[in-house]
Amino acid sequence: MSTSTATANSHPGLNLGPSHGEAHEQAETVVFGFWVFLMSDLVTFVMFFATYAISIQATAGGPGNADIVDIASIGMQTGALLISSLLFGIATVTMKHGSTPRRVIGWLLASLVFGLCFLGLEVRDFIDAAEKGAVPMRSGYLSAYWALVGLHGLHVTVGSIMILVVCAQIAIFGFAADVKTRVLRLGLYWHFLDIIWIGIFSIVFLPGILT
Amino acid sequence: MEQFIFGRLGWDDIAIFDVFRDPTASNIVGSSAGWLAVIGGVITLALLLIRGWWKPLLFDWLNTTDHKKIGIMYIVVGLVMFARGVAEGVVMRSQYATAYQGGYLTPDHFSELFSTHGTIMIFFVLMPFLIGFMNLLVPLQIGARDVAFPRLNQISLGFTIVGAMLLMISLVVGQFATGGWTGYPPYTGVAFQPGTGPDYWIWSLGLSGIGSLLTGLNFAVTIYKMRCPGMTFLRMPIFVWTALCTSILLVFALPPLTAVIIMQALDRYLDFHFFTNDLGGNMMNFANLFWMFGHPEVYILILPAFGLYSEFTAIFSGKRIYGYMSLVIATMAIAVLSFTVWLHHFFTMGQSPTINVAFGIATMLIAIPTGVKVYVWIATLWGGRIRMRTPIIYLAGFIFYFSVGGYTGILLANPTINFTVHNSQFVVAHFHNVLLPGTLFAVLASIYVWFPKFFGFRLDERWSAATAWLFIIGFTFAFMPLYIVGLMGMPRRSPAFDDPAYVPYMIVTMGGALCVLTALGCLIGTFVVSARRREALAVPGGDPWDGRTLEWATPAPVPAWNYAFIPQVHGPDAFAAEKAHGTAYAIDCPSYEDIELSPTSWIGLTIIVFGTALGFAMVFWIWWLAILSALAILIHAIGLGFLRDKEEIVPAQVVEATERAWLDGARQGPLTDRRDEVTSQNRGYAARIPEA
Repeated sequence: MSTSTATANSHPGLNLGPSHGEAHEQAETVVFGFWVFLMSDLVTFVMFFATYAISIQATAGGPGNADIVDIASIGMQTGALLISSLLFGIATVTMKHGSTPRRVIGWLLASLVFGLCFLGLEVRDFIDAAEKGAVPMRSGYLSAYWALVGLHGLHVTVGSIMILVVCAQIAIFGFAADVKTRVLRLGLYWHFLDIIWIGIFSIVFLPGILT
Repeated sequence: MEQFIFGRLGWDDIAIFDVFRDPTASNIVGSSAGWLAVIGGVITLALLLIRGWWKPLLFDWLNTTDHKKIGIMYIVVGLVMFARGVAEGVVMRSQYATAYQGGYLTPDHFSELFSTHGTIMIFFVLMPFLIGFMNLLVPLQIGARDVAFPRLNQISLGFTIVGAMLLMISLVVGQFATGGWTGYPPYTGVAFQPGTGPDYWIWSLGLSGIGSLLTGLNFAVTIYKMRCPGMTFLRMPIFVWTALCTSILLVFALPPLTAVIIMQALDRYLDFHFFTNDLGGNMMNFANLFWMFGHPEVYILILPAFGLYSEFTAIFSGKRIYGYMSLVIATMAIAVLSFTVWLHHFFTMGQSPTINVAFGIATMLIAIPTGVKVYVWIATLWGGRIRMRTPIIYLAGFIFYFSVGGYTGILLANPTINFTVHNSQFVVAHFHNVLLPGTLFAVLASIYVWFPKFFGFRLDERWSAATAWLFIIGFTFAFMPLYIVGLMGMPRRSPAFDDPAYVPYMIVTMGGALCVLTALGCLIGTFVVSARRREALAVPGGDPWDGRTLEWATPAPVPAWNYAFIPQVHGPDAFAAEKAHGTAYAIDCPSYEDIELSPTSWIGLTIIVFGTALGFAMVFWIWWLAILSALAILIHAIGLGFLRDKEEIVPAQVVEATERAWLDGARQGPLTDRRDEVTSQNRGYAARIPEA
């Protein structure tokens, strides 16, 4: 990794500084690679957003957007996700400023709890929708809705598992250089999912609330 | 219970037994192909066990993360699948030769053939070939010891092999899709094809697509972050530029494919309605999403080939590439424009003329940077000291035929013309005309050029040249007549025709196809003959062609650590400059250091085994196997974070011995004059020729 020609500093979203030596140097390639991955993942989401956008009329006489949006639940989900992100941010900041592994794990687990709250509420909404007959097999619109929101939910699930994995790695290896950059990358992923959620909120749920 | 264990897999699905159930000509051909795959597999397995080759296969190859070995494995996968793809092409041509009011294959079998032929040639021949060359050359050309993420590289290879394995399995068990390589629903939906075909398509493309995406990511990061000191962007070899553009395309163009495959899978497995006829499905959305991937894919296939042409045109003209900057700009322009033209693949599907015109103009615009490139290669040849070796034969075929293909591309880009010739053999002629001379010839020529670099001996000149001529002639007769029958109105993908006027053309294309088959045999012959004569053809010096870029400044075969020292670059064509200044082979370093190699890993093998099992299980609804396979891959992947890598160190003495042997070779013997480069005097140390 030492053969890089670029100057070794400043990655957006990267909290480590030169005082973190090896981890900071590793971050150069690894975090950049993760940004590339996120870009690519964003394009995948864009495809689902676009498909959703063209499917809004394709309800085939079944339930539409307004029938399945529960504004209170969506509000709580948004809150849970944003608080979870905030807690993750605090975890990385405390890691930067030399906190103990135990405390960082604590913040990460707190972040996880809110992530799980989000997932729980989302699953409840999906069950509600299914009880109203708004299953994805009903229409093209509902297929697009379930796939887009579900894809985000799947990402949150994967992120939740990864938080547990990273906590286990901190517990076993302490703040090894590769563990540190892994925490940072997971943080990027976790915040990225917030941005996707804002997109879903604006494009999927907001119109439903307004009508 | 039986359904739980075997899903929907039954004895009737074993396609190789079809011939005993119902011995028609069609079944004999289909089952023979299956038997060939089975027998080939058994023979390979037997050889591995009896000769003891399984040991090096496992411990030197499948667990390696060395970019060079991974590159070679990609190309081997490509060659195996190429043999199948050519065989299918010949069978299809023989069908056409007899297709006047008949033909001997059933329509379904014929559809399966053109579907697998397209899928294989694009995803499992040309892509592995080009990604193989990116693996072989990019780290060496930028002066790095490996790619940015060596283990990820192995994972990519694993997923590519999974896709290829699923295609091979579909020969033996079940049936592949009959909806073409593009797999348009609703025809490929459950309503019309409830069988295994489209599911094979979904899983082979979906899983290998993950591999391609990760390759793109890996090489983008490698090129951005791993360049050696002094290797600024505008000093990078052209091939690295094209590899960079391809990587960017892979990163942005594969997600639409992933998305469309997920949606199609949801439609087929869970009864969603993305692309169905009823309940609000929208099949036009499939065409859009698919070609948003599919068109950049065309440039994923052609840009690295352009890069390869640029590299060896300069080498065999004894001159640096003409118009470096314009090539870089043209490459970048093509990469950007490639995202703006996808709709030209379905001009006739009912959008407004205004939209068609916009996409038609965008398509024609691509001809400008592509034209720039063709002129650049011609200008590089101009005034150069051209040596008429095999690569230049391919280059000649390429420049001529690729221009023809480009012109017909511009014709097709015009929506009004497109309405007349769409879905005809004219289209078949066009894309074979760009992909064969464009990509395949580049790959075959490059195998000739870089084979000595990685195996330590050259390929036999006569056999190589004969292969080149056979491919060019075979291509001419197999595809040029299709332009004419296309204009006469012969449709593509139709298993029979009623107009006797096509018959003579079909006979000629059949001859062309046989010529291509002979060329394939000749290619295999080249390897066999060259391997037998490897003592006479050895080029330990590693620079048999008077190369210009960094990769030639290493011994052949390239040692696992690539460079004893990370090179320092002062300008473009670094090695040519060193040779011109007399500083090549003159490096005498007082102290050699230990070199750390990227550690071995088994994750690739896990992916090959369980990824194939996962795909197969999903095709046949064997849910328990699918869940277990997915879990196995996940557990291994997560486990990687907990296993500390074992460091593999090459001691300084070994590095020093290898490096000194190489340097001594240059100082002892006479350097090879270019006139003698295809004689046994060529030991891989090139004498300098003055710049033309």
